[in-house]
Amino acid sequence: MDVKGVQARHEGLGLTGEDLLKMHYYMLLARRVDERSWTLNRQGKAPFVISCQGQEAAQVGTVYNVRPGYDYLYPYYRDLGMTLFVGQSPRDQFLSIMGKREEPNSGGRQMPGHFSSRRLNIVTASAPVGVQYPQATGTALAFKVRGEDGVVLVCGGEASTSGGDWHEAMNFAGIHHLPVVFLVQNNAYAISVPEKAQVAGSIACRAAGYGFPGVEVDGMDVLAVYGAAKEAFERARRGEGPTLIEAKTYRITAHSSDDDDRRYREREEIEAWRRKDPILRFERYLEEIGVLDDEGREEAEDRIRAEVAEASRSAEEAPPPEPEDALGPVYAGR
Amino acid sequence: MATKSLLQAIGEGLAEEMRADDTVMVLGEDVGRAGGVFRVTQGLQDEFGGGRVMDTPLAESLIVGAAIGLSANGMRPVAEIQFGDFITPAFDQIVNEAARFYYRSNGAWNCPITIRVPYGAVHGGGLYHSQSIEAWFCNTPGLKVVAPTYPADAKGMLKSAIRDPNPVLFLEHKRTYRLLKEDVPDEDYEVPIGAARVHREGGDITVVSYGFMLHTVLEIAGRISKEHGVEAEVVEPRTLYPLDRETILGSAKKTGKFLVVVEANLTGSVSGEIAAVVAREAFEWLDAPVMRLGAPDVPAAPFAKPMMDSFVPDAAKIEGAMLELARY
Repeated sequence: MDVKGVQARHEGLGLTGEDLLKMHYYMLLARRVDERSWTLNRQGKAPFVISCQGQEAAQVGTVYNVRPGYDYLYPYYRDLGMTLFVGQSPRDQFLSIMGKREEPNSGGRQMPGHFSSRRLNIVTASAPVGVQYPQATGTALAFKVRGEDGVVLVCGGEASTSGGDWHEAMNFAGIHHLPVVFLVQNNAYAISVPEKAQVAGSIACRAAGYGFPGVEVDGMDVLAVYGAAKEAFERARRGEGPTLIEAKTYRITAHSSDDDDRRYREREEIEAWRRKDPILRFERYLEEIGVLDDEGREEAEDRIRAEVAEASRSAEEAPPPEPEDALGPVYAGR
Repeated sequence: MATKSLLQAIGEGLAEEMRADDTVMVLGEDVGRAGGVFRVTQGLQDEFGGGRVMDTPLAESLIVGAAIGLSANGMRPVAEIQFGDFITPAFDQIVNEAARFYYRSNGAWNCPITIRVPYGAVHGGGLYHSQSIEAWFCNTPGLKVVAPTYPADAKGMLKSAIRDPNPVLFLEHKRTYRLLKEDVPDEDYEVPIGAARVHREGGDITVVSYGFMLHTVLEIAGRISKEHGVEAEVVEPRTLYPLDRETILGSAKKTGKFLVVVEANLTGSVSGEIAAVVAREAFEWLDAPVMRLGAPDVPAAPFAKPMMDSFVPDAAKIEGAMLELARY
């Protein structure tokens, strides 16, 4: 193993060992929070769970470039790795899946994964797929009109590129050189529909038609994703316009807790992808360069385990909404 | 104070809001250099530049979606949909997005956007430049739907809409754009959203109407007063959602005879909602069944003049309905 060559990889991206450990922490945290969510679902405490598992590298590698509370984020429903990184807590996620009153996304009004935080510039999300793209261009246009260097990160799965909203947004962003980073997490499935029945040609290549760069990146490699996103964010901040990143990744879990993926994909396929697990892969890299050893990994696991357990316990104890909470707020006051 | 047409008043309202507030922007198809297909935004790009008065691609979902995103980042956009008939691609962004932002985020994200929409039947418009689309949006909590008819009201309500922290659909009947001029105040003023206007007081019947139909109703109200001694009270909702129930019910209770005259199809319409409110809340004051007059349940106003004229309620039909109610 050419350790120097390997080291050059993250150093070439301007990342320190501390950065790498921070990335590792958020990837692992997202995974463990997600796993705990399924347990709560099986215990009957959380009616619905939708997962980020397998996509942590794509999410953390990209969001690592976001300045929380300044840049804007339009996450999609799997982006737990992003929302944790910019400042939502594991407890927030548990409150959400259990529909608790103080749940920060919606106060128990929305299903889990419909993230929102005014403080963190996470724009409230909904369920119709793709609607976030035109909105993201508008948010980017506001930065441009005011001459600010903010960047908007907007995310979706590969199926979100099939509808008109994605095209309309790509076109508009290209025309006005808007500071948007389009991240498509191509996880190979839209519920049951495989990529080959969803996507003609290459998603990344479509950017060329709109006059801006499109890059395909290994979405299981956090450093590759970080590098592509870094360039995209820097380009946007320089006023040079949008970038499309297609991160090739895989949805390890079923679509949601209401889905049985045995109906449409083979176990062997999932097992093959599990061997490419982005967290294990990153840990191997961290070991190779001497940033993480067994002890360090155990420490991280212990810290996260305690954090997740406490967050889950505390969220379970939180009160549900009152029935009358359903009646508002409908209109903002002046 | 100068006299102005509806479209002049709206254009002036836009310009004043843009002068007063740097965050107000205009975006839509042909709104820039051309000044809009109806000339409502004429001169705005010259004064405020292409950054704040922006011609968009021909993509309605994008226009409204971008407006939503602008509002999430500190702006107060006014989006124009060129014809109401073309609003359907933006339906998701209006109904599922803008109108839901506040509730679904538990009050964290509001969505202060105004969507201007020319609507209504006009000769030569045909099926797709004529529709009355208000009913589609008046079943949407979180959205406000306004439809002022007179120039001074329109300017004041546009200011209210732009300053409102919620999404407002601002409907402008195309046939009223240049129909008349009236005095429009020069000083800054607002006409509140959610307040109906009583145009004419009368004790015999109540007629609720808006848009082009309102002009005809008022003309006939004057005529039947002279010719038949029937005094009609004419109420314009001005805001279609949420309705000013108090003013509408007050008039219904006063006259005991109630008619809604609209250009839209009747089934599943705003007129149906108004009638339901009156039938329930003013039942004991009514001396006649609640009546409605509107377009037949066919898709939209046809292109050829004889068909369009039979589609839209005309003066004879409106007079007939008003006298029938008065004599009931």
